[in-house]
Amino acid sequence: MAGKKTASRVTRQAAASYTGTPVSKQSNPAGSLLSVTHLSLDDVSGILQAATELEAASPKERATLLEGRKVALLFYESSTRTRTSFELAAKSLGVVTTLVSDKSSSIEKGESLKDTGITLRALGAECIILRHLSSGAPWLLAESTGLPVLNAGDGMHEHPSQALLDLRTMLARLRLSPIARSAAGITKATLRGVTVVITGDILHSRVARSNALLLPRLGARVIFCGPPELLPEHATTLGPGVSIERDFDKALAQADVAMMLRIQKERLAGLQLDLAQYIDDYQLTADRLALYAPKAVVLHPGPINRGLEISSEAADGPQSMIAEQVRHGVAIRMALLVRALQSNGGPA
Amino acid sequence: MSAKPMVIHGGRVVDPATGTDALRDLLLRDGTVAAVEKPGQLGKVQGATVVDATGLVVAPGLVDIHVHLREPGQSYKETIATGTAAAAAGGFTSVCCMPNTIPVNDTPEITRWMLAPERKAVVSVFPIGAATVGSMGEKLTDYAALRKAGVVGVSDDGKPILGDDIMLQTLVAAARAGLPVIQHAEDTRLTGGCSMNAGPVAFRLGLRGMTVEAEARIVERDIKLIREIVARDKHLRPHLHVAHLSTSRALEAVKQARKDGLHVTCEVAPHHFTLTDEAVGDYDTHHKMNPPLRAEVDREAMIAGLLDGSIDAIATDHAPHAAHEKQVEFERAANGITGLETALGLTLRLLHRKHGMKLERVIHLLALGPAQVLNLHGRGALAQGAAADVVLFDPGADWTFHASESRSRSKNTPFDGWSLPGRIALTIRNGAIVYRR
Repeated sequence: MAGKKTASRVTRQAAASYTGTPVSKQSNPAGSLLSVTHLSLDDVSGILQAATELEAASPKERATLLEGRKVALLFYESSTRTRTSFELAAKSLGVVTTLVSDKSSSIEKGESLKDTGITLRALGAECIILRHLSSGAPWLLAESTGLPVLNAGDGMHEHPSQALLDLRTMLARLRLSPIARSAAGITKATLRGVTVVITGDILHSRVARSNALLLPRLGARVIFCGPPELLPEHATTLGPGVSIERDFDKALAQADVAMMLRIQKERLAGLQLDLAQYIDDYQLTADRLALYAPKAVVLHPGPINRGLEISSEAADGPQSMIAEQVRHGVAIRMALLVRALQSNGGPA
Repeated sequence: MSAKPMVIHGGRVVDPATGTDALRDLLLRDGTVAAVEKPGQLGKVQGATVVDATGLVVAPGLVDIHVHLREPGQSYKETIATGTAAAAAGGFTSVCCMPNTIPVNDTPEITRWMLAPERKAVVSVFPIGAATVGSMGEKLTDYAALRKAGVVGVSDDGKPILGDDIMLQTLVAAARAGLPVIQHAEDTRLTGGCSMNAGPVAFRLGLRGMTVEAEARIVERDIKLIREIVARDKHLRPHLHVAHLSTSRALEAVKQARKDGLHVTCEVAPHHFTLTDEAVGDYDTHHKMNPPLRAEVDREAMIAGLLDGSIDAIATDHAPHAAHEKQVEFERAANGITGLETALGLTLRLLHRKHGMKLERVIHLLALGPAQVLNLHGRGALAQGAAADVVLFDPGADWTFHASESRSRSKNTPFDGWSLPGRIALTIRNGAIVYRR
């Protein structure tokens, strides 16, 4: 059983890393992607390269790569893009997928995440793609099952595959220096000189966190922009290369990439936000783009609220790469599935 | 109570009550300390059990004024028997148990049930009664009756008394009954959905954070109420005890109140002077408790307060939970950790070894100080006539704490595998050995 093999490997790793002094638990089975911080730049290069190769392969060839392997999509939160993207990526590789959502499963009867994971493993799942409303839930699932877990968004924490697909979109669209373009892989200089402005509800955004934890390691500057209620001062402690500019126009004027975030009405518990004021101050409009960032690439992780954080003109305009992000998403997720399942030793 | 007298000789007696830190021999008889003499002066005591304490510290049995023994109602987490066994293993001979049991300890009947010999407590148990019926924050319980049944303080621990009117009534009624009011200071209107300390770590982990204000505002409000009461009636002297204080700002409020002559005391838990919110790591639920682990500035303020005397006591907030209550999503995990078996070791490690606190002061904070806060007469001291509660430990011997070997029914501790100083050799309660290594 692949599951058993993984479990014993995890145990060995944990035993090897034990030092007798305070240790944090190791819960990161090989092939997992819980956080972008777990990826080395070589890992990122490998994933991007695999994405390109998989995209170029013929559908017929692709469909044999992971034929008959079993992956569970465990979704505790609604999702269109991420779920469909992972599912299509898996199916195109020949993977047998099963979708478990909180609405139609024993989760409704109170089954815990740990028990749900153990059940899916017993049913033959070799990898679990998890979307969960609690930050950190993927750690619990990985530790409980020993299976590779792909974090498809955990609460307000991270969305690693989104950051990778955003990176791939940027690499495809930015006019990078010849040195950066010719380099065989990703280095700490790949995005040198690139400024990415992430605007909106930073506090509640897993997309913002994953991007801000990943992009500066490639040399990019990340500027967070938003009102204090949605962007606390200590956001800059996320890591080096992250700063705050509250004036959207000033931020835009520096942007090579303008990433807009959705106002997440479901996460605004207790916050009094004046939406009309927000639109005045932070909505990305065609006018603003023309005035301050005529060459910037416009990204949005979706779903977009037209007329709130972004105007229709800006979302549908020539600088918008929103639809292209979705296309890159499938390629990245194919690469992540191959990585997860190949590290798992192949079918028993 | 042991029928036989006991002689403990050759040890270094550390007793803050008498200011003793010297080689002394001790005679325990009929459940009290009968004599403390210079080495060799006790002479031969007929029929006595003799304990050789050479190389060991002999101190008053430790006193923990904040534990959760989970009985009645949640014996899968802990029982009075297992909780007090853990206490004895940690050197504690007196524990004060919080009323958030099922049902809540809001009547003399429940208090008496807790104190019944059938519970098989191995150390002295002093129940804390609920301040309001069912800890619902609406109607006061009968403080005089609770006190008569054995209650040493009132609290709605875990459910802070938020309403100004009801807290005012609580402080007045408790002052009349001669009981301290123990407040879990948390403005829960500000902490909905929060699972750790507010700040950079919570931001990075995507968790909602409890602010320093949520703790400090309740402490400040409670002190304001005491000022109002005292201004109105000179004869009333309400005693507010702040449970598990964790923030610099709340400590400042306590200090100011004491400077103004108000009767305000506070306790700090070992985890709050040992760890910071960084220790949450990758959502380790064994680092989840309420109040949460705070920032380094707050941890340092706790250490400073313990060193300068503005904090009265160390208390563990021993909060056992079953594994399945911790092996869940961080935000859903139960709050709290066990603490009885690691308190002395952590205090020695942080305060004695790292910050040079004298042993006498360590024992003060773990024994006499807490006993004074809740008026446990004869506890926390080794003077003649005090309870025959004694702990013997080796401050030089390091040992490794293993959660799996804990006497507590629950193993939810962040200190599994930690090396700690001060291995306990013997715990004596009422003249009888209740723990031997």
